[in-house]
Amino acid sequence: MFTGELLMNAIVSGLLIGGFYAAVALGLSITFGYLEIVNIAHPTFVIFGSYVTYIINLHLGFDPVLAGLMTAPVFFLLGMFLYRFYYVSFERAGQEPLNGLAFFFGLMFTVEVLLILVYGVDYRLVSAPYIGQTWHLGFVDFPLRMTVPFVVATTMTLAVYLFLSKTFVGRAIKAVSQDRLALQLMGADPVRIKQYAMGIAIATAAMAGSLLIIIGPVEPSVGRLYIGRVFAIVVLGGMGSVGGTLIAALLIGVVESFVATFYGPSWAPAVSFGLLFVTLALRPQGMFGRA
Amino acid sequence: MFRNIVIKRRMLALGGMVAAALFLTQTLMPTTARAAEPIKIGFSMALTGALAGAGKAALIAMEIWREDVNKQGGLLGRQIEFVYYDDATSPSKVPGIYTKLLNIDKVDLVVSSYGTNEISPAMPIVMRKGLVFMALFGLAVNDRFKYDRYFQIMPAGPVPKVDWSRGFFELAMAQSPAPKSIALLAEDAEFARNAVSGARINAKKSGLKIVYDKTFPFGSSDLTPVIRAIKASGAELIYIGSYPHGSVGLVKAANELGLKAKMFGGGMVGLQFASIQKNLGPMLNNIVNYDFWVPEPTLKFEGVEAFLTKYQAAAKGKKVDPLGHYLPPYAYAYLQILGQAVTAVGSLDQKAIAAHIHANTFKTVVGPVSFAENGEWAKTRTLQVQFRDVAPNNMEQFNHAGKRIVLYPKSVKSGDIVYPYK
Repeated sequence: MFTGELLMNAIVSGLLIGGFYAAVALGLSITFGYLEIVNIAHPTFVIFGSYVTYIINLHLGFDPVLAGLMTAPVFFLLGMFLYRFYYVSFERAGQEPLNGLAFFFGLMFTVEVLLILVYGVDYRLVSAPYIGQTWHLGFVDFPLRMTVPFVVATTMTLAVYLFLSKTFVGRAIKAVSQDRLALQLMGADPVRIKQYAMGIAIATAAMAGSLLIIIGPVEPSVGRLYIGRVFAIVVLGGMGSVGGTLIAALLIGVVESFVATFYGPSWAPAVSFGLLFVTLALRPQGMFGRA
Repeated sequence: MFRNIVIKRRMLALGGMVAAALFLTQTLMPTTARAAEPIKIGFSMALTGALAGAGKAALIAMEIWREDVNKQGGLLGRQIEFVYYDDATSPSKVPGIYTKLLNIDKVDLVVSSYGTNEISPAMPIVMRKGLVFMALFGLAVNDRFKYDRYFQIMPAGPVPKVDWSRGFFELAMAQSPAPKSIALLAEDAEFARNAVSGARINAKKSGLKIVYDKTFPFGSSDLTPVIRAIKASGAELIYIGSYPHGSVGLVKAANELGLKAKMFGGGMVGLQFASIQKNLGPMLNNIVNYDFWVPEPTLKFEGVEAFLTKYQAAAKGKKVDPLGHYLPPYAYAYLQILGQAVTAVGSLDQKAIAAHIHANTFKTVVGPVSFAENGEWAKTRTLQVQFRDVAPNNMEQFNHAGKRIVLYPKSVKSGDIVYPYK
């Protein structure tokens, strides 16, 4: 059944979930796109962020978004430390391509097992007054469980975009993968710049985690469900393009929602990845990537 | 000289006696030593991964059974020992685990992990050795294998796929006026697909028009488009087969979009778990869904409350379902049946144990259990319960009667349906 009402709602639902996808993919866009680090453990940090949000929400009663904001600076420091470790262990020795990938694989399983040991395997959920509430604009529904993550995610993506475009450190992050020597001549330490970039990437994972647990329950292994999708979004948007990541995430969200509404949800991932293949065939650098 | 000969002869005699004693020891000791050896029960269990919440709860229940039996002297005078490995909710790990259990650990008995997806891969290994296989919550696994030593504890009934949802449809078709249309939705994994394929058969038998029949990918983040499509289909009944993540998403989306239907629910895994019940709270009200045990007066079988007291004490601090109504009593019961059969047969003869289980009814904490030819319960007792008067943010309420009313089957019914759902 195809109606205007269904179509509008499908588009809105797609944009809402797409905004959340952007939050999850944003950190990976920075590490993969600017630092050329295949941080396969990124979704695991998102789940870690969800658990921290859960604990803060459960024990202090803070809103999950506020909990995410409180957690982000700690994750920023964690990200900086992580890069320093990665640099000393692999990058400095020129062993980063394969050993680095193995490192992040190992990190993913280690974090997952630690979460199981500390928090167990039961599903964790948070409570917030807006979960379960819906705004109606005419015949279009805005479930707040999806709308709040969308607003937070797009604001965060915009903030990161502006930071990378308008500040010296931001522009240095963009430059570090292109011309390391030129960056050094400008008086910036590439290792420190990369540390900042990794810190920002992991801080966005904390926020994305707080949004994930608003949307649905989490358990330690749920991050694996997102690995394929977030890499697809980053590649589709174009390596090193935060704006492209946001647009790709919204596009994937809308396509999935459209297919789920009109053709059946089981087709949604296939159509999304089909879109990725077609885009890469026509434009190998992704929609907004540099040629 | 003579003295030396006597000493030598005495030494020889002593040596002979020692040799004879050693011979007798070697001949007789193994029997007595074996009697003291524990009976090893081997299994894989989902202790990590998507179904680990249930797997860990099952393990606690199984350990309670082991302690109970060992305190009473064990089975056949031998203590019980478990040999188990984490299958990480990964079916691909299961064959390797059972091969190791049987060929290297040399276990005496085997039971299954939790769930259809983990039971099926173990079947060929267990069948090759001809062992009795007690299975924990598998749906229609033996339809393919037709193994006469397979026994499954979930009370799905002799035609599991169809019996699983029989109650949902009998309840619906007993309403006046009877509903005319149904939407079917399955999460894309074996149990959910099996449950919905049975529902499809029941829907056709009931003369219902199927207006929506789809699957959705395992672990989908947002299911509002799916609920919106179902809403647009105008289905009066909505039967869903889903796993915890999907179940939560669907219940939330149904509430957010104001889904209206005559009945909503069916085969949603997760709505039986205390943490999810607490979080969803009043969103659960009037959903009719399957369950296996709830604290209604009609289900107070002998031993179940004592077992749950032990379970709830053991579960504290282990970050598993704190109430343990759904799976743990059955994890205890499937070992009770195996233990009772071994005791009755008086040996570990697998053929005799299987024959005994086929021929008898067993008294367990989940009530009397007898099996059909295919190893499923002889008669279905899959409950259809309706959430009623659920208050927000209160887990303890689910430990008492009145929140999950048993509507089906009649033998254990504790109340009447509230119809329509919304």
